[in-house]
This record gives sequence, C-alpha cells and structure tokens, in this order.
Amino acid sequence: MVPFLIIFPLVLAVLLYLIKAPKVLNILSLIGGVTVIAGVIYLTISWVMGGCKKTLLYGDAEIADHAILIGELVLMVFVTVVCIINKRAIISLLSIIPTLAIAAFELFGPKTEAVENINLDYLSILMCDIVGIIGSLIVIYAVGYMQGYHEHHKDVPDRRNYFFSMLFVFLGSMIGLVTSESLLWMVFFWEMTSVCSFMLIKYTNEEQAIINAFRALWMNLLGGTAMIAGIIYFGYTEGMVGLHQLVDSGSAGTIAIALLAFAALTKSAQLPFTPWLLGAMIAPTPSSALLHSATMVKAGVYLLLRLAPAMSGTTIGIMISLVGGFTFLATSFMAIAQSDGKSVLALSTVSNLGLMVACAGVGTKETVWAGVFLMIFHAISKSLLFQDVGSTENSLHSRDIEDMNGLLYKLPKHAAYMFIGIAGMFLAPFGMLISKWSALKASVDGGDILLVLFICFGSATTALYWTKWMGKLIAHPHGEVKEVKDVTKLSEMLSMTIHVVMMIAVCALFPMVSSTYVNPLVASMFGESGQVLSNAVLIILVSIILVVFAVPLLAYYNSKQQDITVKSSYMAGVNVGDNSAFTDSFGEDKEVVMSNYYFSDRLGLDKTMFPLQMCTTAAIVIMLIIIIGGALV
Amino acid sequence: MKISIILAICYLVLAPFIGGLLEGIDRKLSARMQRRVGPPVLQPFYDVIKLFNKENQVVYKSQSWLIVTYFVLMVLTGVMFFAGFDLLMCFFVMSTSATFLYFAACVTGSPYSTIGGHRELLQMTAYEPAVLLACVGFYLATGSFDVITIATANTSAIKYLPGFFIAFVFILTIKMRKSPFDTSASHHPHQELVKGLTTEFSGKNLALFQVSEWYENVFLLGVVGLFIINSKPVSIIVTLVVVFLTFFLEVLIDNSNGRMKWQQMLKITWIVTIVTAGVNTVVLMFIN
Amino acid sequence: MANITRSPWLLHYDGSSCNGCDIEVLACLTPVYDAERFGIINTGDPMQADIFLITGGVNEQNMPVVKQLYEQMPEPKVVVAVGVCACTGGVFKDCYNIIGGADVAIPVDIYVPGCAARPQAIIDGIVKAVALFQERAQKSEKEVDKVG
Repeated sequence: MVPFLIIFPLVLAVLLYLIKAPKVLNILSLIGGVTVIAGVIYLTISWVMGGCKKTLLYGDAEIADHAILIGELVLMVFVTVVCIINKRAIISLLSIIPTLAIAAFELFGPKTEAVENINLDYLSILMCDIVGIIGSLIVIYAVGYMQGYHEHHKDVPDRRNYFFSMLFVFLGSMIGLVTSESLLWMVFFWEMTSVCSFMLIKYTNEEQAIINAFRALWMNLLGGTAMIAGIIYFGYTEGMVGLHQLVDSGSAGTIAIALLAFAALTKSAQLPFTPWLLGAMIAPTPSSALLHSATMVKAGVYLLLRLAPAMSGTTIGIMISLVGGFTFLATSFMAIAQSDGKSVLALSTVSNLGLMVACAGVGTKETVWAGVFLMIFHAISKSLLFQDVGSTENSLHSRDIEDMNGLLYKLPKHAAYMFIGIAGMFLAPFGMLISKWSALKASVDGGDILLVLFICFGSATTALYWTKWMGKLIAHPHGEVKEVKDVTKLSEMLSMTIHVVMMIAVCALFPMVSSTYVNPLVASMFGESGQVLSNAVLIILVSIILVVFAVPLLAYYNSKQQDITVKSSYMAGVNVGDNSAFTDSFGEDKEVVMSNYYFSDRLGLDKTMFPLQMCTTAAIVIMLIIIIGGALV
Repeated sequence: MKISIILAICYLVLAPFIGGLLEGIDRKLSARMQRRVGPPVLQPFYDVIKLFNKENQVVYKSQSWLIVTYFVLMVLTGVMFFAGFDLLMCFFVMSTSATFLYFAACVTGSPYSTIGGHRELLQMTAYEPAVLLACVGFYLATGSFDVITIATANTSAIKYLPGFFIAFVFILTIKMRKSPFDTSASHHPHQELVKGLTTEFSGKNLALFQVSEWYENVFLLGVVGLFIINSKPVSIIVTLVVVFLTFFLEVLIDNSNGRMKWQQMLKITWIVTIVTAGVNTVVLMFIN
Repeated sequence: MANITRSPWLLHYDGSSCNGCDIEVLACLTPVYDAERFGIINTGDPMQADIFLITGGVNEQNMPVVKQLYEQMPEPKVVVAVGVCACTGGVFKDCYNIIGGADVAIPVDIYVPGCAARPQAIIDGIVKAVALFQERAQKSEKEVDKVG
C-alpha cells in the first residue's frame, strides 16, 4: 500500500500539470484527494488488523534505490536551473554539493549494511493519517478556494494546474518521508518537500513571493545539507544508513544525530530559521495550511520524535529543548504584535512547534506522549484555522484581525468555526491545553527549569493573542454594517466542517486515543508507556468539555426567554443612538472605533526578530561545536 | 472522599456568604482606615439583593448568557478545588471563565467596557505565570497536583515554597481587584474608566458578576490556605489565621496605594514572579 | 418584596452648576458626613445607578445628555435635584442659555434647595429618595403580578 500512496500522488501530479481545463482539474483533484484518504485509511486498518506490529518492508529494492538516486540528481538540476534563472546561483550550491556528495557515497562509498526501506509503526502510521487525511481535506478545500482566489486576485495568472500538481507531489513525498526507514530515501523526500514548499511560495511570481521563496529554499536546503552530512558521516564510520540503527547506535551516532536534529530545526522553522515560515504566508492559503502548518513543518517534529530516545539526557537534547522552548516563548511574544490573521497563525504555528520540539528534545516518555498529542491537536485545529482565515479573506477581502470586528454577524459560520478553532488552541478543556499541561508536568518531572519557565510565561502570552482575536470576532460592529457576500464554495465548507467534527471528536475521545494509540506508540519507543495524565483525569476532563459546551448553550436559550431591556451604551457623551458615535461638546459626532492592543512598538517583528535570531544562532553554533567537537575528541 | 464532597458542597452553599461577608469586612476595614464609620458589614448583600430587584438592562442580549457562563465556570473552579481535584485543572477552568468575562465585556463593542476588557486580558497575562508556577511549586513540594494530596501532606507546603507564596499573594492583589492593580474593573472610587469592564452590566448581570467575584475570592483564599494546611488538625486554625492575615494585607495594600498603569503592573508582576517563584523553582529542583 | 432601601447608588451629573453644589455632594462622601454609612455609592455609571443626582440648571447643550442619562438608568429610579439651580434655574434662570431646572428635561422627584445645598440637606434628600425608590420597586412588582 505504501508505494501506491507515494507513487499515486506523484503520477496524478504529472497528469494534473498537463491539464489546463479547470473543471477537469477540480474533478481529478477531488478524486485524488478522496483516493489518498481511502488509501491511508486502508493502510491503517490493514496495519491494525495485522496486530499493530512494527513492519519493515521492501528490503531489496534496487530499482527503487536507483530511481531515488536519479530523482535526487534531477532535483539538483532543477534547483540549479531555477536558481540561475532567478540570478541566485549561489543558493544552488546548497543543492549541488550535498547531492553530489550523497550520490558519490551511494555509488562509490563503503558498502553499507542492508536495510529495509519502509517502516510502518505507530508513529509513521499516525503521520500517514495526519498527512493523508488532513492533507487531502486541504486539497479538497483548495478546489473551492483557488476558484475564489482567482476571482478575488485578478492580477495573478491562473496556474491552478501547477498548484494542484505541487500539492500532490508534496503529499506523495511527505508520505514517503514519514515511512522511510532508509535515511537515503528519507533525505530524498526531505529535499522534495523543501522544493515543493519553494514552488508553492513562488506561486504568484511576484517580486516579494520570489524573495520569500528563495529564503525558504536556502534555509531548508541548509537543513538538508546538514542532514546529508550527518548521513554520510554515519555511513562512513558505522557502515549503516537505517533510521533505527542510528537511534540505537548510542554514542557512535552523536554527530549524525546532532546534524539531523539541526535539519529538523530548520524544517520546523525554529529560531533562527523562523523568517522562512513567515515569508511563506504569501502563498495561497491551502499551501500555508498544508505545508506550513499542518504537515510539512511537522516533518521536523517527526524526525525529532524518532530521535528522542537517543537525545534524551544528552547535550543534543538540551540544545533542542532549549531552542524549542525559547522559540515557544519568543514567537508567542511576536504574535501579540501581529494584526494580520495569517501572521498570527504562522507565529503561533512556530510557537507550538517549538513546544513539540522541546518535548522531543527532553526525550523522556512523558514528554514524547505530550509531544504526540500536541502534534495531533495542532494539526487539526491549525489546519481548520488556516482554511477559515483563507475563505474569510475571499469573502471579506481582508484577513486583518481588525477587519474581522463583528465577523460573527457578517459571516456567522466562518466566525463560529474560527472561534472553535481558536478555542481549541488554548482554552480549557480542549486538547492543546491538556497537551500543554502534560508538557509542563513532564518537564517538571524531567527537572528542566528553563523549559518550565518558558511554558508558564509562554502560556500567558499565547492566551493573550488568541483571546483578543476571539474578542474581535464577537464584538458587535456599530453603525452601518457593510453587507459581506459569502463566496465560500461547497468544497471549502465541507472540508472545514469535517475538521470541526474531527476536532471535537478527538477531544471527546481523548482517553481512548491515549490508551489505544498513543500509549502503545510511546511504549514501542521506550519499552513502557509514559502516560502523563491518568485516564481518570482525562475522563473528568472530557466531562468538563461537556459542561463547557453545555453551559453557554443552556445559558443562551435561557436568556432568550428572559425579558431584557436593550439600551444604548454609555460613552460619557451623548450616544447618537446606534452606539456608533457620540456627540462631543461642539455638537459634532465622534465615531467610536475600538482596536486591540498590539504593542508593535515593542514587540514588532522588526524590533524582536533580529536580536532573537542572533541569540539562538549563537547558542546553536556553540552547542553544535561542543557536541561535534566532543564526539570527535 | 466523603470529606471532599462535603467540602465541595459547603463551598457551593457557603462561599457566597463568606465572600460577601469578607467584602463587607473589607469595606468596613477600609472605612476605618480612612477614619469613617463605613457601611454595615452586611452591605454587600443589600447591594446584591437590590441589584437582583432591578431591571435587567443590556446593550446586547448576548451579554447575559456570557456572564452566566462566567459565573458557572467560576463556581465549577471552586467546587473542583474544594473537592480535591487537580490544581492545574482548577486554574485552567478559572482562566476559561475569565475569558468568558472578557467576552461579556467586549461583545458590546462599547468603549469603556472594551477597554476594561482589554485590561482584564493584560491582567490575565500578568498573573498567569505566577499561578502556573504556584502549581508547579506544589507539585515539586508534594509530588502531586491533586489538592487533596497537597492538603494532607505531612508538612506545610510553604516550608518549601516561600517564594511561590510571595508571588501568589502578589498576584492576589490583581485577582481581587485591589489597588494598585485594579486597572480593569476600575472600582469605586477610581472611575477613570467609568466602571471598566463592568460598565455595561446592570441589574441581574451585575449581581451575578458580584457573586462570582465572591466565589472567586473564596477560591483564591483557599489556594492561599493550601500553602499552609497539612495533615495535622492544628494546621486548620493556623491556615484560617494566615488566610485572614493575607486578606487584611490586601485591604491594607488597597488603601495605602495609588494606582499603577497597566504597563507597570505587567512589568512589576513578571519581575516579582521571576525573582521569587523562579528562584524558588531553581532551589527546589536542585534539592530534588 | 425585598428591602432595597439600604443600597442607593448614585449617578451624579453636573449640569451647568457653579460647582458649589458639586463640592457639597463630594463633601457628603468625606469622613465628616460619610454617606457610605447608608450604603450610598457614587457610581458614575448610569447603568448601575438608582438615584440620579443632578446639580445646576439645564441648558440647550446638556439637555440631551440629561435625557439620555436618565434613559440609560434601569428601573426603578429616582431623580434628585440638588441646589436651587437644579430645582428652578436659580439665579441663572433668566440667562439667555438656561432653559430652567432639571424638571424641564426629566421628571424630578425630590428637590433639595440651597445655594449651595448643605451636605445634611443632600443626604436627607437622598434618604427621602430611597423611600420613593422602594415604593416604585413595589409598584412595578405589583404591575408585573397583575399582568402575569
């Protein structure tokens, strides 16, 4: 099944690229999306039927090996050509050198121990499900969205065939990435996702889009280079190229693990690499949802979770958890200063990824448990939020949070979904909060003082930027309210509704998910499970969910029956009657405009990003020198 | 188990009376500090009874049910606490209820209550780290987040947590809406924001808000007591004394301080939290 | 019917007063007179006030303000005019801009005379207003019963 899931999207991508007719394109994309969903569900079921065993497949696949080698070279040529066309030849070095190095290693290097190329276990199946289901739902969403997008952005050339083909290339390579056992395969898919991300950011071909795309490209290629260096080093010294062999290799693999972990930091856009993800927001929303929030950036977290047992308690683990924890805090500060909806989502994505990275870096079974849950909940709610902001933008022609004032009364469905999505990000008793709680508990257990402080302060700032956004959604707009025409397509609504249902279902089934899936997952990595919150606590939490949902509903219906007098609001001046203005002492109407706090003078990106990047760069360089130097000596 | 259920029911029934009485004492004490006679101790109850008898007036109808939700979640927080549940969970539900209060304030879109709401948010940002760290402190001292385990430990938690205690009492000033940190509700007699986030509450809504505040204060003082109480019966008396002293201290601070801007509040609270609770965490983790 | 006389909350509005009466109103809250003994609070928010205490006469400019403040107060409510200006327009009665006392804008229940009104008189006026406040609350309750 796995090869089908990898190859089918790739083949479909080629087909889609050749089709120009939008209708055929849409239908094929929908069929493709549904097929991938069906595929991963079939894969999951057949794997569960097989007893949830760790399955290693395709040990002897010489043809595939060669195909991947050729693929790598093609990718290199492609990147080089694109770089040269856009007069950024220097970036292509980051592709040429490592690709040639790894090709040389494969062809002329020492004979490595044979490995099975595909690995199916709890973690990779989970990732497949996230990528397959959420990814395909985003593709379905994109069918409607891109239509609206091009109605709204007339200046952008309609290249939907290119867009959808890239989405499917990405889906295929992402499934390849999470199921690869051979590091040589993995690195190929890793580079593929980087290039997909680059291509999608560049979609509009505007000046700024190209700049941002190349920033994303070089940062990701830098990570890829580090990864390849790590793999080659490990292959030369130990003669092995298997992911599990690396994890089990003990101190021999230190350098390779450090380099791979570094690559993961770039992929997950941790500080100092955050700017590439912020720049990536220029791409159409489905690609932001798919690549830059729900799935691709999780590849870094996935890799770190894989490496977690090996990193636990080492200097690498300390480095990763510090960088992750610090990113969690720092980017949540930055998010306060943003009024652009997508920027807030981007920064909060980085922030949450930071928390997951930190969990993986600490690397105990409790933190891995928390990290996995964070990943599940984050994928669903963030994908929902991105889609929602995207389709709101198509109708509202703005994605600024200030313009969303009173969205509940203009686009009720969008606002309600957004409300649920945001609530899922930080409010009790939704999943993210429970996961954050267990992360806190686990880091206290692990004695990680800085991480504890990061989480405590980071939670406060996270709550601030989300709550003020929610406040905007429900605040009543005053005066003449402009009619907003809802241009949301059916496929968009469908995908978002499924997301909402999934989100509530996962919250309600939290204890079950924990005991039937996540506990065995952790157990398979550490030998025993590290459930942080007992099932009794989880069940209490789930019942609180019901209360928290029920109370506002009951209160709402109750208030309908009460007799309440509606009066105009108090303004310390004569209210003109509809709460939109007051009459001042000169008899003129002064309009009332309420705006949120942003503190952009203190927390704006221009003020904060550079110093924080410098700090983290210095920290990472020093730690890497210590780790690699220590291992070599 | 039985005791915890009884305690939870006691809280449910008695907290408004205790909270109201405390507010009455507060007003009486404040008056005495200002060389006034002051209102009767039962004054807060008179106020709330009157408010329930007034017309329920709103700017938008959704205010009412948002306040009811705030109220119910606040009561739930306290019930969970006194029933001996997980402390972190209590505080998370408390934050959720505070969020609903914010919604009730800003759903109107009116100037004063929205600004008050924003300041409430900033207050939450200011006190949240200290609250979470206090939970962490309890966990480090007793090995559990469960209130019941913490309360029945052999030694008082404060022995290990002096720094957390200071930080918590510090943020208590914010939570109890006392000067110098009463930036959001802008209580009598400050009024620079009219009535802050309660500006558009009247009648039943305001009464419900008031009662929620009482529930909240009892819950918060309960957390203060949690620092002191241990398995020995004597500790109950000590706890009550310390809780009352803390309460008195808050009244004293309220009456002897001008108000701060929210910027100063945020800065000072975070510094105090890092210095006291942060250092305490470091020490505790090294001991462990 | 509950006794609601013990918690009269005021809204103090200064029309076009010379500030003499306003200072006396504030004097009521000082330790010397301590109006809070009776549960009186100066709220400053019409939504939460029971008694509308108005000083100074009404002119063209503040007429809509007075009317709106009165409207924004929830039922039951009582209006107290403090000082001779608020009662009748006082010495400013014939000024070009003064329309008259507070009763030209809203129905006034209690008139507290004086220029400026003495704190004792103001407190006395409020106490009288409180009795009326209770009466109105009972009346409206009966009406509700009848309708019900």
